[in-house]
Amino acid sequence: MSAATDKASTAVAAVPRKAPGLLRRLPTSRVAMVGLALILVWVVLALLAPFLPLDPPNKQDLMALANPLPSAKHWLGTDFKGRDILSRLIWGARTVLTVAPAAALCAYVVGCPLGLAAGYFGGWVDTVISRASDIILSFPIIILYVILIANIGPSVLNIVLAVTLTAAPGIARIVRGLTIEQRHLDYVAAAQLRRESALWIMFVELLPNCRGPLITDFCLRVGYTIITIGILGFLGLGLPPPDPDWGTMVKEGTAMISVRPHMSLFPAMAIVSLILGFNLLADGVRELSLRE
Amino acid sequence: MAGDALLTLDRVRVDYHSALGVVTALPDLSLTIRRGESYGIVGESGCGKSTLLMAILGYLGATGRVSRGRIDFDGIDVGTASREALARIRGRGISIVYQDPNAALNPTLTIGRQLVEVPMLHEGLDEAAARQKARRILSDVHLPDPDAVMARYPHQLSGGQKQRVVIAMALLANPKLLLLDEPTTGLDVTVEAAVLDLVNELREKYGTTLLYISHNLGVIAKVCDRVGVMYLGELVEEAPVRELFAHPRHPYTRRLLACVPRLDTDKHETSFLPIPGQPPALAARPPGCPFGPRCAGFEERCAAGPVPAEAAGDGHAVRCLRWREVDGFDAGANEAVRPAPVQPETVLEARDLSKVYALGNAFFGMGATRQLVANEDLTFDASKGEILAIVGESGSGKSTFARVLAGLQDASGGKLMVLGQDLSRLPAQRRTLEQLAAVQMVFQNPDATLNPSHTAGFSIGRALRKFGIAKSSRDVETQVHELFDMVRLSPELAHQKPGRLSGGQKQRVAIARAFAGDPALLVADEPVSALDVSVQAAIVNLLLQIQARKASTIVFISHDLALVRHLADRVVVMYLGRVMEMGPVKSIFAPPYHPYTEALLAAVPVPDPSVRQKHLRLQGEPPSPIDVPKGCRFAGRCPRRIGPECDATPPPLRDAGGGHFIECHIPIEDLRNAAPVLGPEG
Repeated sequence: MSAATDKASTAVAAVPRKAPGLLRRLPTSRVAMVGLALILVWVVLALLAPFLPLDPPNKQDLMALANPLPSAKHWLGTDFKGRDILSRLIWGARTVLTVAPAAALCAYVVGCPLGLAAGYFGGWVDTVISRASDIILSFPIIILYVILIANIGPSVLNIVLAVTLTAAPGIARIVRGLTIEQRHLDYVAAAQLRRESALWIMFVELLPNCRGPLITDFCLRVGYTIITIGILGFLGLGLPPPDPDWGTMVKEGTAMISVRPHMSLFPAMAIVSLILGFNLLADGVRELSLRE
Repeated sequence: MAGDALLTLDRVRVDYHSALGVVTALPDLSLTIRRGESYGIVGESGCGKSTLLMAILGYLGATGRVSRGRIDFDGIDVGTASREALARIRGRGISIVYQDPNAALNPTLTIGRQLVEVPMLHEGLDEAAARQKARRILSDVHLPDPDAVMARYPHQLSGGQKQRVVIAMALLANPKLLLLDEPTTGLDVTVEAAVLDLVNELREKYGTTLLYISHNLGVIAKVCDRVGVMYLGELVEEAPVRELFAHPRHPYTRRLLACVPRLDTDKHETSFLPIPGQPPALAARPPGCPFGPRCAGFEERCAAGPVPAEAAGDGHAVRCLRWREVDGFDAGANEAVRPAPVQPETVLEARDLSKVYALGNAFFGMGATRQLVANEDLTFDASKGEILAIVGESGSGKSTFARVLAGLQDASGGKLMVLGQDLSRLPAQRRTLEQLAAVQMVFQNPDATLNPSHTAGFSIGRALRKFGIAKSSRDVETQVHELFDMVRLSPELAHQKPGRLSGGQKQRVAIARAFAGDPALLVADEPVSALDVSVQAAIVNLLLQIQARKASTIVFISHDLALVRHLADRVVVMYLGRVMEMGPVKSIFAPPYHPYTEALLAAVPVPDPSVRQKHLRLQGEPPSPIDVPKGCRFAGRCPRRIGPECDATPPPLRDAGGGHFIECHIPIEDLRNAAPVLGPEG
């Protein structure tokens, strides 16, 4: 009895545990595990890139120019400059796997407070935030990217900025809806009756209860961001050459697609597999949170 | 006898299969319902009532299965019946009326469309004949103007009307057996009474056999001939309705009856006798008698094996090894908790308090703005240590008053003095910490009262810090534990998320939170209406004990007149935002009555079939609080309406003596002559 009380004594006023039950139950969802496996394969390959017996991604094998098809030396073949496709994919994964989650995270950092404020305060705060979001969301998103990146130039930072600007309104809208659902619940009233500040109510009482849908949305959004980065690369607005970028690789291969389809096919498959991974993970998380 | 059985369940066992294993919902259930009988099943949530219904319909879903025994309906074995035979049974043999009429009606189709398809599908009638039949049944369920109703969509009807439509739909199939699954649970008491009248009337007219499922013993007493009491999937007692209420033999039945508030006793005479502990999870079913671990008369042999049903009288069966000695170990009544003495000091004073919502397009400021009057001219007060109950049906404005009082909304006019300070225009964020701590609230819905993301003790700890009662983490810790002790919860639960707490436990935490700042005034907005009756009894006892110790004033908002009779010192009856009647609790429950109070009392389902209750029903449902009538609010539905002055002029406040006031045009002497609503039979 006393042992139990002692053990628990630190927890009463402390911040609640960070790990949500949702993530601990993840292994029970097969869909989520398949998705996670796909993502982890790429994460492990990206982490191990410097230690793998690969050609450097920018090294040209002039011998392979004559025969770029997959071979024992180049498992996935070489591209139009004789560079090893497998090596470029694995090194390229490092960029995708840092830029996409970072961009999605930035979008959340901007979108969540906006959505909480719009949902909790309502009135003109809601009107201003929601209408501003609508304006951004009403642009065709690809054109918006092209205009932004063409003007501020392609770099990792600018891609993150562009994704933040375009994704934050969507996130704000989701958070706003979840906040409105909860705003009139009794535990919020109870917090008001002990005069908690609006910031406290928004971030401590409301935001944690949005986590189920938000985790799902985050996974999906990382997937969309990978598509975005791919499209930007394909349009020639990707990361500056010669560093490997999956979208750029697809585009470079298109010139020879009828004779050497593998040059576009393998990078495209890489993009698809990673997006699939994130989407399956999102499905699994959604299924788990519904089962709750 | 067996020949006229319509439905027979013979040693039925129902299991649910899930990823976590097999859970037995009904271990071994036998039941016979005769033709023309009205059979009631009563039990608390999770006792297997719904599983039983689904098993009878052969509709247990993908995970449920009847793994043993036989369910025989009118000579057909439901368990082995083909898909077609089942469809035929569900269409023409058995109909069901669910609890929530909103879920039973399709919101995108007109009522007529939904009714007509029943006879077209099951009887092969053409549309004109089906329409004819639907019209006839709608007038049987007393819906005025059936053609107009058939042209409407579900959202255009009130809750009571929708439930009538659902009953009509069930009857359209000419069922032999009508299953009713808590059909009046979401309805106001006056509407409930009218629906129960309808059920009784239709039963006589069509001779339909009824299986009525409810947690409400009063409702069961009104409509059933025979009653079975369920606990943890077992039928622990079965008897004719009068026999059961007069001589309950099973300890669970007795405790259940002892937990139901009655209209003839109050807190000064008795207190509820709650059932200790909680019902175990289905997966952790105790061996032998399911009630054993919570029973005062538990002996080792009770857990030895299944308890057989024994006859305890004519048609009375009980599954208890010690039913003959039950009077010895299960005391029928409990001693009263000594209630808090009411002290002369006034804590709360409402003077002409109003709350009006302006509706319409305020943005452009054009057109006449309509007004929703939620509270009008509320004038009453409450003293230290007093429990002031505010009763009324939905839409009476009682919750609005609670929210204004707590500071979640501000008033539009009048004064609201708490401890001498006017709080009417001070919402919570503008009140001082002392003012906030002085008025705290317990909410209705146990599932929304605690934040699911934080531990049960979290919000109590925050309140203690905010009100400056505890500074260090250590102080917070000790005081949270003290508060948990006060509400009889193990302090370890403070570190659990609300998801692992039962409804009653959550409400206890909410009470502890409200008492964290040692409030002078506690606002309790229907704090027990979402709980099972045995849990409700325990929470009410707890509230009375704490109140007695702290001498706090409680404003208790409720729709349950019997509960109010038990715990209140004074009662305010509200209708459409206005006070109709107020006075000491005993004066409210005896003549002179306000006609509305009289009708409420006549509608209360009394858990005692031997009590005679005056038959008095209100017509229609409460009118909209938008653009309310000029005269008496209640005039439109009043059974004692005396003339045009009721509609035209606001009624005077009449003094019935002893602090008892009635707002009515009828002179007090005439009201005094009314016969009491409740009385002994004979």
